[in-house]
Amino acid sequence: MRKLTITVVMAIGGIIFLLPFFWMISASFKPEEDVLAFPIQWIPETWNAIDNYSQVWFGEGTFLLYYWNSFKVTMFTTLTSVTVSSLAAYAFAKVNFKGRDLLFIIVLATYMIPPQSLLVTQFLLFKWFGLIDTHLGLVLLNSFSVFGTFMLRQFFLGVSNEIIESAKIDGAGHFRTFFHIGLPLVRPAIATYAILRFIWTWNDYQYPFIFLRSENLYTLQLGIYQFADAHGSIYSLMMAASVSAIIPLLIIFVIGQKQVIDGIQLGGVKG
Amino acid sequence: MNNLKSKKKAHAKRIRKKRSSFNGWKDTVAGYLFIAPMFIGTSILVIFPIIASFFLSFTDWNFVTGINGFNFIGLANFKELFNDANFLKSLTNNIILLLAIPIGLFISLILAVVINKHVYFKDFFKVIYFMPFISSVVAIAIVFQVLFHPTLGPINQLLMSLGVENPPGWIADVDFALPSVMLILIWTNIGFQLIIYLAGLQNIPKELYEAAEMDGATAWYQFREITVPLVSPTTFLLLVTGLISSFKVFDLIIVLTNGGPAYSTSIPVVYLYEQAFVELRTGYASTIALVVLAVVLLITWLQIVVQKKWVNY
Repeated sequence: MRKLTITVVMAIGGIIFLLPFFWMISASFKPEEDVLAFPIQWIPETWNAIDNYSQVWFGEGTFLLYYWNSFKVTMFTTLTSVTVSSLAAYAFAKVNFKGRDLLFIIVLATYMIPPQSLLVTQFLLFKWFGLIDTHLGLVLLNSFSVFGTFMLRQFFLGVSNEIIESAKIDGAGHFRTFFHIGLPLVRPAIATYAILRFIWTWNDYQYPFIFLRSENLYTLQLGIYQFADAHGSIYSLMMAASVSAIIPLLIIFVIGQKQVIDGIQLGGVKG
Repeated sequence: MNNLKSKKKAHAKRIRKKRSSFNGWKDTVAGYLFIAPMFIGTSILVIFPIIASFFLSFTDWNFVTGINGFNFIGLANFKELFNDANFLKSLTNNIILLLAIPIGLFISLILAVVINKHVYFKDFFKVIYFMPFISSVVAIAIVFQVLFHPTLGPINQLLMSLGVENPPGWIADVDFALPSVMLILIWTNIGFQLIIYLAGLQNIPKELYEAAEMDGATAWYQFREITVPLVSPTTFLLLVTGLISSFKVFDLIIVLTNGGPAYSTSIPVVYLYEQAFVELRTGYASTIALVVLAVVLLITWLQIVVQKKWVNY
């Protein structure tokens, strides 16, 4: 009985916690004049959802293009980041080579550095390489994750040495052992990291904000900011744009909920 | 029989040893190849930029003039920085902002304890509190811009209908802008901290609570004397990572307030952005980057020193 009461109280707390989201969704369905009406109409009295969303998606803005850009950058980043991190993680966990522990500490130490303090010199570097205002630049910026390497290493450490050894005795080199034995065994961890990297890259604002110039290259996060700025007083459209930006994340989170939570708990850190 | 087995084992061990020393150089080559992409990427994008910032911080260079206009000006940037009222304001703001972390941790721990033991549908609650953490920062900032609107926003309309004569102007008000940012920050981080705490709570032996209960200890006493000390390693982890992630507020602040009004929500990384990409002072911005880095390392080091006094391993 006590447990039931607490559950009910917590549920009410949860609803209050999520009120900003409910407000956002509800406002995106309303005609503009009802958005700020008081008391708040949580369920719209007049519906204007189709109009709002079609204006956001197919109106004069280039929302579809922003979506496509985000999708492209996020997919490529996730792919390279998973590859780079899993290779390094395997070596740090399962290959005995000189200087391994020292190199691992160096990589891990870079995690303590706030990425914002690197922006200026990264910008200069990318200017020399001609990577400013390119999607390739964005992909590179998010591809070398200490978090991913650390998390996947934890999983590779759990793979028994006997399996690796026996593959070696059978004459397999490290690359074959990695591809045919290591990777399949840590597949759930790879999925977990891929989902997290997808969410973080999709949400990234800072790198596109500083490294992109051309509007036709903008990712969704820059796009909605741009959109909100241009429609600064049309709140229903701003909310429809915000909901649109969050929906892919919710879908991925609902599908991979367990993976996301396990991954966060295992890595214990974000980045 | 036993003897034979151990002999066989020793033999196998010897072979393995031989093989592995034969494979030593192969292992080393493979190891370097495997970590090469990660290590080269990190060197180019992290280690090199730090070294370069170090040099740039002693110059008055700006990247628009190109290689020429390079002037070595010694410590002038550092002197200017520590007399720069806007920078000092930003630094103070960041330190105040850090208070959001322990406050958030306290709320998260209590929620974690309740969700862990006292509710049905545990997974459902995890998902609810996790939502803000995975949502787009830009979308969240846009929503709060409207919610916090001084005259039209739902929050102030509610306050006024409740009889509050002069509700605060939230993000438009110099005194309330930073607390508003902190509020949003706590809200978005609860999910993350809660999940980590839930993992930490799993490691506390149940017998401790059972024993305490038999001794008639109250729930509050159990929380204070068992839960809090035993999750202290988790708390420590969250404090250290929370410090680093507090710089991630950059996104939120840029969209929400752009550091204003009157620098009341500016933090060093926002000021760094402004100096580097708006004022185009590359040298000065590099100095800010170095100072930020030094402050982070200092606070992390302090935390590691102080943790011995309160973290139980």
